[in-house]
Amino acid sequence: MLNKQEILQTISMIDQQHLDIRTITMGISLRGCTHYDEKECCRRIYDKISSSAEHLVKTGEAIEREFGIPIVNKRISVTPIALVAEACATSDYMPFAAAMDKAAEACGVNFIGGFSALVQKGFTEGDRKLIESIPRALAETSCVCSSVNVATTQAGINMDAVALMGRIIKKTADLTADRGGLGCAKLVVFANAVEDNPFMAGAFHGIGEAECVINVGVSGPGVVCHALQSAKGAPFDEVAEVIKKTAFRITRMGQLVAQEASRRLNVPFGVVDLSLAPTPAVGDSVARILEEMGLEICGTHGTTAALALLNDAVKKGGIMASGHVGGLSGAFIPVSEDEGMIAAANSGILTLDKLEAMTCVCSVGLDMIAVPGDISAETIAAIIADEAAIGVTNHKTTAVRLIPAPGKKVGDMVEFGGLLGSAPVMPVHPASSAEFINRGGRIPAPLNSLRN
Amino acid sequence: MHAIVTVIGKDRVGIIAAVGAMLAQNGVNILDISQTVMEDYFTMIMLVDLEKCQISVAQLASLLEDEGTKLALSIRIQREEIFNAMHRI
Repeated sequence: MLNKQEILQTISMIDQQHLDIRTITMGISLRGCTHYDEKECCRRIYDKISSSAEHLVKTGEAIEREFGIPIVNKRISVTPIALVAEACATSDYMPFAAAMDKAAEACGVNFIGGFSALVQKGFTEGDRKLIESIPRALAETSCVCSSVNVATTQAGINMDAVALMGRIIKKTADLTADRGGLGCAKLVVFANAVEDNPFMAGAFHGIGEAECVINVGVSGPGVVCHALQSAKGAPFDEVAEVIKKTAFRITRMGQLVAQEASRRLNVPFGVVDLSLAPTPAVGDSVARILEEMGLEICGTHGTTAALALLNDAVKKGGIMASGHVGGLSGAFIPVSEDEGMIAAANSGILTLDKLEAMTCVCSVGLDMIAVPGDISAETIAAIIADEAAIGVTNHKTTAVRLIPAPGKKVGDMVEFGGLLGSAPVMPVHPASSAEFINRGGRIPAPLNSLRN
Repeated sequence: MHAIVTVIGKDRVGIIAAVGAMLAQNGVNILDISQTVMEDYFTMIMLVDLEKCQISVAQLASLLEDEGTKLALSIRIQREEIFNAMHRI
């Protein structure tokens, strides 16, 4: 029999410490939807998504109600659209984004990911068309998210794609200038992208995946932070132990919800993504966990070590609690979506360079960072190249989600609202990287032996 | 199916009676009950059996929530599995 403390602990985690399931994401393969006729292809995309995910939201809500655990988002990821649309002769892929958007709306989900292309080694015709369509797709749809993989450890870095994405991010910001460049919040540039990530904006349904799967992303930075308050001044061995235990509990809950959703929807369970995903709410911050470990402000010296410990302990604790772990699994450090990160960036202690260092030891990368609107496409590309190099060399996923805030300067705030939060515009280095980026070509894959 | 009902809030007359009556009306059997009052703060935890419950857990949750609002208490019902998942290997 459960004891009273255990029951009350769970309730307080949910009520006071913002414990929730961040997302149930249904991955849907669209490989069977290809057709040379654009209208027919779009019709198939719409039909496949809307029939597969018809009961997703309702089922998520029922589980939420019965188990008393908030499930914040219900989402859909699909096969990278560049692969699906390529058979059509059309050069504008906007209609495919519109079909995705319409299907997402019909299903009642808040985001659909997969307006994507995988170009780590080179572009196909379809990849180019898709990437050129990204700015309009993100400006003219509301739910569609886009991602482009520009590098892998096996293939190296496609620097032509990196340069192109610098320009695409600029254009996306321009087309959504009336909304603070919001389009860029729905666009991720990856190195070593994973195929089963349930988190937006980078989710897509990889080509090695089954017809349809359920992936669940858990959260809970508030719970970890609260648990650490009981280990004040304790050595790091104990800190790691507390985080592991907490991550185990959070993940067990995620596993339960994933299995229940999979059973009710009659769709196979894919993975639980063990990520600590913050929100702008007070008490739901990854930065505050690092500060709880003894750093005055997140971003000061010691932050990278603290984050490395956190990231590793979350994985160690979570991995035993779930049948299949996947996705990005680690700590997220999106600046605009984390109350503590926003405060640290505002204080000037947390800089872009420190964030880059932090991405070496945690999942994902430079995420939801607002930069001045007059930043050049080459500088954005150079930032992407740096992140990709970190990912490729360290065999990990890295990503860039920058928002060049139109008309804003360093120190201004950009408001995105909701889970996307608000971000202070952070400074970038003024010296030019244009000549470097304009070289183009590919940076060869790194050596995988002689590792010292 | 078992579930846990928790009632948390300021103590007052008739909490157990009100919650118990509502559960009985809907065919919910109370298997175990424990309560404490610390400095006017009331916490009650019930283990209930929903086998003969005539309405869905979601509907029951809404009824209990409404009753809670009336009594200025937080009343919730959650399936037992969530607690077992978190606290038992």
